[in-house]
Amino acid sequence: MTIWAYVVRRIALAVLVLFGVATITFLMVRIVPSDPAAVYVGSNARPEQIAQARRDLGLDKPLYVQYGIYMKNLVKGDWGDSLRTKRPVLNDIMHFLPTSLELIITALVVATIVGVIFGVTTAHRKGTWIDLVMRVFSTGGVSIPAFWLALMLQIAFFRVLHLLPVAGQSDIFVAQAHPITAITGMPVVDALITGNWPAFTDSARHLVLPMLCLAAYPMGVIMRMTRSSMLEAMGNDYIRMARALGVPPRTLLYKDALKNAFGPVLTVIGLTFAYSLTGTFFVELIFAWPGLGYYATTSILSMDYPAIMGVTIMVAAAYVLVNLAVDLAQAFLDPRIALS
Amino acid sequence: MTTSSSLSDWRVRHQASLDEARYNARVFFKDKLAVVGLVIIVVTIAVAVLAPHIAPYPAQGRGDSNLKERFQAPSTHHLMGTDNQGRDILSRVIYGARIPLIISFTVTAVIVIIGVPLGGIAGYYGGRVDEVVMRITDVFLAFPSLILAITFVAFLGPSIRNVMIAIVVSWWPWYTRLVRGVAVSLRERPYVEAARTMGVRNLTIIWRHILPNAFGPVIVQMTLDIGTVILAAAALSFIGLGAQAPTAEWGLMISEGKDYILQQWWIGTFAGLAIFILVLAFNFVGDGLRDVLDPRSKR
Repeated sequence: MTIWAYVVRRIALAVLVLFGVATITFLMVRIVPSDPAAVYVGSNARPEQIAQARRDLGLDKPLYVQYGIYMKNLVKGDWGDSLRTKRPVLNDIMHFLPTSLELIITALVVATIVGVIFGVTTAHRKGTWIDLVMRVFSTGGVSIPAFWLALMLQIAFFRVLHLLPVAGQSDIFVAQAHPITAITGMPVVDALITGNWPAFTDSARHLVLPMLCLAAYPMGVIMRMTRSSMLEAMGNDYIRMARALGVPPRTLLYKDALKNAFGPVLTVIGLTFAYSLTGTFFVELIFAWPGLGYYATTSILSMDYPAIMGVTIMVAAAYVLVNLAVDLAQAFLDPRIALS
Repeated sequence: MTTSSSLSDWRVRHQASLDEARYNARVFFKDKLAVVGLVIIVVTIAVAVLAPHIAPYPAQGRGDSNLKERFQAPSTHHLMGTDNQGRDILSRVIYGARIPLIISFTVTAVIVIIGVPLGGIAGYYGGRVDEVVMRITDVFLAFPSLILAITFVAFLGPSIRNVMIAIVVSWWPWYTRLVRGVAVSLRERPYVEAARTMGVRNLTIIWRHILPNAFGPVIVQMTLDIGTVILAAAALSFIGLGAQAPTAEWGLMISEGKDYILQQWWIGTFAGLAIFILVLAFNFVGDGLRDVLDPRSKR
C-alpha cells in the first residue's frame, strides 16, 4: 500500500466512524424511556400540548424517516435549537468552544513540555530514587480526580496563598475598564492580539488554575509513555554506538533517542486531547468557566437533548479528527506505518 | 494412594508452573509501590466490608443527619469533621468505600465477559466477522468513553445502576481490540493449526488456545481500568448523575462539599483523598502486574 492509499483509506474510515457516531447518538435519544416531546414542553404541559410538540418535532413519523431528516439536517449544519437557550445548538457550541479550546490547548502544551522532560529524565535515571519519585508523580497525575484537584488548588492558591483568582474568566472591574475585542473568542489570545495588557494579565491569571487541573492527567500519561518509549529507543544499537563514539548525553537523549521515541508519545497526546475535552466538563463547572463543558453540564442537568446531542457529536468529531491528524502525521514521519 | 503422595505427585507434574508462579511473585513483590498498592486495596476492601463495625457513627454513614453538629471542624470527636447535615465525615468516607468497589469490580467483570470473547472470535475467524465487529468497536472507540457514558446516563436518568450500564457500554470495545490483537497473532501458529486439522471445534480452539494467551494483558488492563472506572463513576456522581443523596459516595460527597470548600474545607477534601489513594493503589498494582504478566510491553 502506498502512503496515499493509506491516507485515503484512513480518511474514509474516519468518515464512516463519524457516520456511526451520529447514528449512535440518534439511537440513544430514541431508545431511552424519557419522551423528548414531554421534555420540550415542560413538566406542566397538557397531553394535547405534548401531542402538538411531538408533531412539531417530527417525532410522530416512523423512525427511519426521523433518522433521514436528522442526518440530512446534521450535514447541512442544522443541529436543532437548544430547549434552554432557544438558540441554534451549533451557534451555541461555536460560541462556547473557543474558551474551552484555549484552556485545553494551554493545558496540553504545559502537559507535553513537563511530561516529555520528566519522562526523558526518568528514563535516563531508571532505577534511581528520582525514577521512583517521578513514578509516584506521574501515576498521581492519572489517578487524581480532576474535580477534586480543582478544589484543592482553589484552597491553596486562593484561600491560603492569595495568589490567584478563585474562579471565572476575568475580573469584573478589569472586564469593564478594558473590554476585550472578540476576534478568536479566546480571551487571552484576543487580549494579546489587540495589545490589551491589563485584560491579558487578568485573563492569564484566571486561566492558570483550571489549566493546571486539566493538565494533570495528560501530563501523567505523556510522562509514562515518554519514559517507556525512551527506554525502548535507548536500547537500540545506534544509540549504543553513538554513546560509544562519545556523543554528549544531552544530545543523545533529546536529539537521537527522543526523535525515535516520539511516535507513541504523539499518539498519546492525540488521545489525551479527547480526554481533555471531557475533562473540561468538570473543571469548567468548578471554575465557572464559560466554555463548552459548562454548556454541556447545564444542558445535561436540564435534559436539553438537542444540546446534549450536539455537544456529544462535536466532541466525538473533534476526537476522530485529531486522531486522524495524528495517524497521518505519523505515516508521513514514519512511512513504515502506512506500509504495514 | 495417600493424600500426601498425590500432592507430591501433583507437585512433580506442575513443577514448571509452580516455579513460574514463585518467580512471578518474587518479581511482583520486589516492586515496592505495587506492594503498597496491594496493601491499600486489601485494607479498603476490609474497611468496606466491616463498615458497620468500624465506623464511629454507622447511622450517619448510612445517611442519618444530625443537624445539631453541622460544620464541625476535625476534632477528636469527629476526626474528619462533619458536613452540612452534621454527619460524621469519617463514617461517610468508610461507608463510601463500598460503592466504588462494587461498581468497579462488577463493571470490569461485565466488560471482560462481553469484550473478550468477541475479540477472540473476531481475531480468530478474521474476514467478514472481523470486519463487522471491528468497525462497530471503531465507532464506540471514537467516542471518548466518558462523554458516551455521560450522555447515556443523562438520557437514562441518574442512578448508580445506570452509571454502571453506561460505563459498560462505553468501555467493552477496548477489550475486544486488545484480545483481537492476541488472537490474530496466534491464528496461524502451528499448534492452533494442528488443533484445527485434528478437527477440534473452532469455539473450543478459541476457548482453549486463544483466550488463555490473552489472560496476562487482560488482567493487567483490568487492574488499570478498575482505577479509571472508579474515577469515572465518581465524576458522574459529582455532576449529579450517579449516586443520590443521602447515599455515602465519594464523588457525591465532594460535590456536597464544593460550595463550602473555602470555609469548611474538610467536607470535600477527605472523600477526594480517598478516591485518589484508592485509584493510585490500583494503578501501582496494575503496573506491577504488567511487569510480571505482560513483560513485552515495558512501561
